[in-house]
Amino acid sequence: MPGSKKHTNREFEAALKVIRDKLVSMGEAVEEMIGTSVDSLLKADKELAKKTIARDHHVNRLEVDTDDLCLVLLAKRQPMASDLRFITLAMKMVTDLERIGDLAVNISERTLALDGFNAEIVGPILGRMAKINRSLIRDAIESFIEEDPIRAETVIKRDSEVDQLYLRACNEVRQRMKSEEAYLDHGIHLQAAAKFLERIGDHITNLAELVIFMVWGKDIRHLGSRGQTDC
Amino acid sequence: MSQVSNAPKVVPEPIESKVVAKGIKAWFGDNQVLKGIDMEIPQNEITAIIGPSGCGKSTFIRCINRMHELVDIARFEGELLLDGKNIYDNDVDPVLLRRRVGMVFQKPNPFPTMSIRDNVLAGLKMTGRLRKSEAGEILERSLRQAALWEEVKDRLGQPGGGLSGGQQQRLCIARSLAVEPDMLLMDEPCSALDPIATARIEDLLNDLREHYTIIIVTHNMQQATRVSDKTAFFLHGELVEFGATDTLFTHPSDSRTEDYITGKFG
Ligand SMILES: Nc1ncnc2c1ncn2[C@@H]1O[C@H](COP(=O)(O)OP(=O)(O)O)[C@@H](O)[C@H]1O
Ligand SMILES: [Mg+2]
Repeated sequence: MPGSKKHTNREFEAALKVIRDKLVSMGEAVEEMIGTSVDSLLKADKELAKKTIARDHHVNRLEVDTDDLCLVLLAKRQPMASDLRFITLAMKMVTDLERIGDLAVNISERTLALDGFNAEIVGPILGRMAKINRSLIRDAIESFIEEDPIRAETVIKRDSEVDQLYLRACNEVRQRMKSEEAYLDHGIHLQAAAKFLERIGDHITNLAELVIFMVWGKDIRHLGSRGQTDC
Repeated sequence: MSQVSNAPKVVPEPIESKVVAKGIKAWFGDNQVLKGIDMEIPQNEITAIIGPSGCGKSTFIRCINRMHELVDIARFEGELLLDGKNIYDNDVDPVLLRRRVGMVFQKPNPFPTMSIRDNVLAGLKMTGRLRKSEAGEILERSLRQAALWEEVKDRLGQPGGGLSGGQQQRLCIARSLAVEPDMLLMDEPCSALDPIATARIEDLLNDLREHYTIIIVTHNMQQATRVSDKTAFFLHGELVEFGATDTLFTHPSDSRTEDYITGKFG
C-alpha cells in the first residue's frame, strides 16, 4: 500500500491488497457497464442491455465483500494514518462505484423501454459522454493505485466536459420534442439517459476527491461550485 | 467613553506551557539516549509519548522530575523549565520538585503490607506535612480523584497489597495526588492491567486533566489516541514529531512517524 514499505504483519498487508484488488475489479466492471449500457441504447440492443443489468449483481457483491473486509480490518487492526485513510476511503469508494453500476443499469432499462428506437441525433452526444466517463473512471482508479493526486485533480477538472455535453443533449432533445410530438416518448428516455451519464460523472468526481484526501490528507469535498447541473 | 476604537485589543490568551524542554540531552555512561529534545508541554493537557522500546521515553520523563540523576552513571544537559523556572538551577531541591511532579510507574508499587489509608498518606507523612485534622479529608479527596473511593471506603485499614492490579494502580495515583502535585508523569501505567482496569484509568485521566498537566508514556497507540491531546513520537533519542493527537494519528507529517504507527518496515 502507500509507499514502498511493507507492513510487518503480512496478513494485514495481504488484506489491504485484497481490498485494493476488489476496488480495481469494481472499477473495471462499472467502466465496462457504462460502455455496454450506452452501446445497448445506441444500437437498440436489448440483449446487451439485459447482460449489463445482470452484471450489476457482481458489482453489488463486490461492494458488500469489500465493506465487510474493511469492517473486519478496522476492528482487528485499528489502523492508523495512511492505512486508516485507505480503508475509510475504500468504504466510500465502493459506494460511489456501486452507484455508478446502478446508473448504468438505469441506462440499460431505458434501452428496454425505448423498444427498438434508434437514438439518432443525441446518440453521438451520449456516446461521447460514455467515452469521457470511461476514461475518467480509469484515471480515477489509476490515480488511486498510483496514489497520484495530480491525476485525480485532472479528473475533477474534466467532469465539466460531461456536464457541457449533458446540457447539449438536453437542448437537442428539447428542440426535437418541440417540433415533433411523436418524439416526446423517446425524448424523455433519452434525456433521462443523459442525466444518468451526468450523475455518473459526479460519482467519478467523488472518487477522485477521495483519492486526493487519501494521499494529501486534505478534504476538498464541498469546496468547489460543483453541484446540480440542470437543463 | 464612547471611543470604542481606542479600546485595548483583546488578544486571546496563549496556551500556557507547563514544561519547556530546551536541548535536553541525557546519557548513561557513554550511551547518549536523548540527543537534544526541544518540546513545549501545555498546561492542563494530556501529552502522550510514543516510540519504540529504548528510544528514550522513560529517560525523558525521568528528566522532568530529576529522577534520571539518581542513576550513578547518568548525565544530563539542557534546560527544563517548569512554570518558567529551570528545575536544574542550583537553588532547586529535587525532593521538593518530585513532590510537585508526581510519577506513576508501569508496575503498581503500593507498599503491600501498609494499609490503604497509609499508602495514600505515605508521601505526606514522609515529608512531615500531614496534620492529623486534615488526614481524613485528604484521604477521601485523593481516593475520589483516583476513582477508587467507592471501592475501598469500607476497608481503608486493609493492606494495599490485597487490591487488584487496577485498584493498586489507582491507589498509586491517589498517593501521587495526595501531595497535591502540579503535574503527573505516567510511565506505561496500564501495561500491567487488564482492559477493564485500563478503561478505568483512561476514564480517570480525562477527569484529572482539569486540574493537572499529564505526560503519559504508552506503547499502546490506541491508548494515546484515546486519552491524549497531543502526542510526541520519539525515535533513537530524538523527537521526530509532536502535534495534535488527532492529526498525528491520521495524517502524520514525518514518514518515520507514518511507518511506526502503521507498523511498517523495509
Ligand atoms: N539505568 C540504566 N542504565 C543504563 N542504561 C539505561 C538505563 N535505563 C535505560 N537505559 C538505556 O537508555 C536507553 C533508553 O531507555 P529508556 O528511556 O528506558 O527507553 P524507553 O522508555 O523509550 O523504552 C536504552 O538504550 C536503555 O538501555
Ligand atoms: Mg520506558
